[in-house]
Amino acid sequence: MDKFAVLTAVAAPFPRDNVDTDSIIRIERCTGTPKEALGRYAFEMVRYLPDGADNPDFVLNQPRYRGAQILVCGEFFGTGSSREMAVWALAGMGIRCLIAPSFGQIFYGNCFQNGVLPITLPPATAAALMRQASDPAAGPFSVDLERQTVNGDIGFEIGARRRKMLLEGLDEIALTLAMDAKIADYQAADRERRPWIHFFRNP
Amino acid sequence: MAGRTLFDKVWDPHVIEELGDGVQLLHVDRHLMNELSGHRGQLEIAQRGLKMRNPELAMGTLDHVVSTAPGRRGGPAPWAERMIEIFRVESARAGFPVHDFGDDGQGIVHVVGPELGFTLPGVLLVCGDSHTCTHGALGALAWGIGTSELTHVLATQAIVQQKPKTMRVRFEGTLARGVSAKDMILALIGRLGTAGGAGYAVEYAGEAITALDLEGRMTVCNLSIELGAKIGMVAPDEKTYAYVKGRRYAPKGDLWKPALAHWRGLPGDADARFDAEHAVDCAALAPQITWGTSPEDVIGVHEMIPDAKPEALAYMGLEAGRPIAGTKVDRVFIGSCTNARLSDLRAAAEVVRGHRAAAHVNAWVVPGSQRVKREAEAEGLDDAFRAAGFEWREPGCSMCVAANGDRVEPRARCVSTSNRNFVGRQGPQARTHLASPATAAAAAIAGEIADARAL
Repeated sequence: MDKFAVLTAVAAPFPRDNVDTDSIIRIERCTGTPKEALGRYAFEMVRYLPDGADNPDFVLNQPRYRGAQILVCGEFFGTGSSREMAVWALAGMGIRCLIAPSFGQIFYGNCFQNGVLPITLPPATAAALMRQASDPAAGPFSVDLERQTVNGDIGFEIGARRRKMLLEGLDEIALTLAMDAKIADYQAADRERRPWIHFFRNP
Repeated sequence: MAGRTLFDKVWDPHVIEELGDGVQLLHVDRHLMNELSGHRGQLEIAQRGLKMRNPELAMGTLDHVVSTAPGRRGGPAPWAERMIEIFRVESARAGFPVHDFGDDGQGIVHVVGPELGFTLPGVLLVCGDSHTCTHGALGALAWGIGTSELTHVLATQAIVQQKPKTMRVRFEGTLARGVSAKDMILALIGRLGTAGGAGYAVEYAGEAITALDLEGRMTVCNLSIELGAKIGMVAPDEKTYAYVKGRRYAPKGDLWKPALAHWRGLPGDADARFDAEHAVDCAALAPQITWGTSPEDVIGVHEMIPDAKPEALAYMGLEAGRPIAGTKVDRVFIGSCTNARLSDLRAAAEVVRGHRAAAHVNAWVVPGSQRVKREAEAEGLDDAFRAAGFEWREPGCSMCVAANGDRVEPRARCVSTSNRNFVGRQGPQARTHLASPATAAAAAIAGEIADARAL
């Protein structure tokens, strides 16, 4: 997984509330499209016109936001389905960081698994950043995960473990596999404590 | 010291290791798999050169991409056949059962898990599907996971998780006749909003919850994710134990007694404290129906369409200020992990008996599992639906997820017993109104949104 340190990039405003993962990536793209090919299907219902051409009204199609790597989002971005393809699609179109007052819970966890940083900020602070992202005179945003800041002076909270995972590009499966002896110990004790859990296909 | 909640009592014994920062490594007791998310995780661990750690704690079934057409034998298209086959082959190689066509256990994961006794009180259960919160109805700790977490569970039988805060929602009073579990939870979502439960594990309590049967409790817990909460739970009680007893994978023989003793200790202590509390007066509840493109956009079926969210109203083809009742419908879908159990089909059948669906409505009933289908047929529900002009189909997720050939046509209006009315959820430009089985059945008969109690 790519390490995340300091990201200086164009931020695009995406003010809609309750953006669900169905609208980030349609179910038809979750049934066999390779991970690497999902980027072009992100937000496809609003990103393209019926004839397949780019919809000029879609924010990421506008010249100044092309190549944006930060999305400033409305409330509860990523609600709904657990499909991780939503994060893969966003990452596939170059998004590395999302800023919102709140996120859908499963989506939020999925972001960390893929090197995408979801930043939760108080509504007023997120709204100020939304205005800044919409201001043609404003420059790129700077997100510093090490210092936990946006644009130098806005602090954000993120769990120490998740921060370290992103900073170092760590793989959670590898970390847990290294603790396999603890899992084995737990299961050995649990077989005594709750045998019906472990021997349920009993004759 | 304050007492402990049901959630605490189920969560705490699953901790394998503290990882710091409030994050814990937890043991997964039950891994429920379907072909869509399951096969993807199976391909991922194979690619990493890893093996499934504890296949004896897993089971699979086929639901998301299967055809539900009468007489179906597989998926609706070659890509779906390939996915089902990968899932079968990889599951057999790993050594856990997939409940295939012809088995009682083929059906929607969240219908089948409890039905087979795979879901038990006090277990930590995960599944690659957001509606895994359903299983909390039995007093299980259950939530939906993404592909990476699913791969992690396959490889390690554990999951890394931050402990959520706790919320209790008390449903007080007695439901009026014709008002159901679906109406209770939709009303709550309408009140708290779709992010109202974010960051919480929610416990549903109160006399109206106690009065529900297990299937009704599953409907309530199922929509926890639409309240923003990954986890919803109901304390197990005598109804729960009676429901579990004798099921295919439920503890038997010498294992039943210690299991039951453990479960009886799970309900929260009387002095347990919650981080948030809410109450809903059930006596005042009417049948609910959604009008917009989020489950929080919900009103009583007798109410006026509100003057809000103009974009949602435009998508739905509705006009603010008019009664929602009387809105013409094209499709009716009775099914999904929310409302495709036997009690749901009975409630719908009761409404349709002696009536016929309006000529312009295409109405479907999709039972939640082979067992539900068999039991419904044994009591003649299929005949009741067919006589009323409904199509009686095979088990699967069908039009709830629209990944299997079953979908609503563009701009067609569907009253659906499913769980999401998102833009395009039931097909591009499809217009979905979420409601209970009785309300959906009434819409089919009336040909328009209607109050089942007035039929």
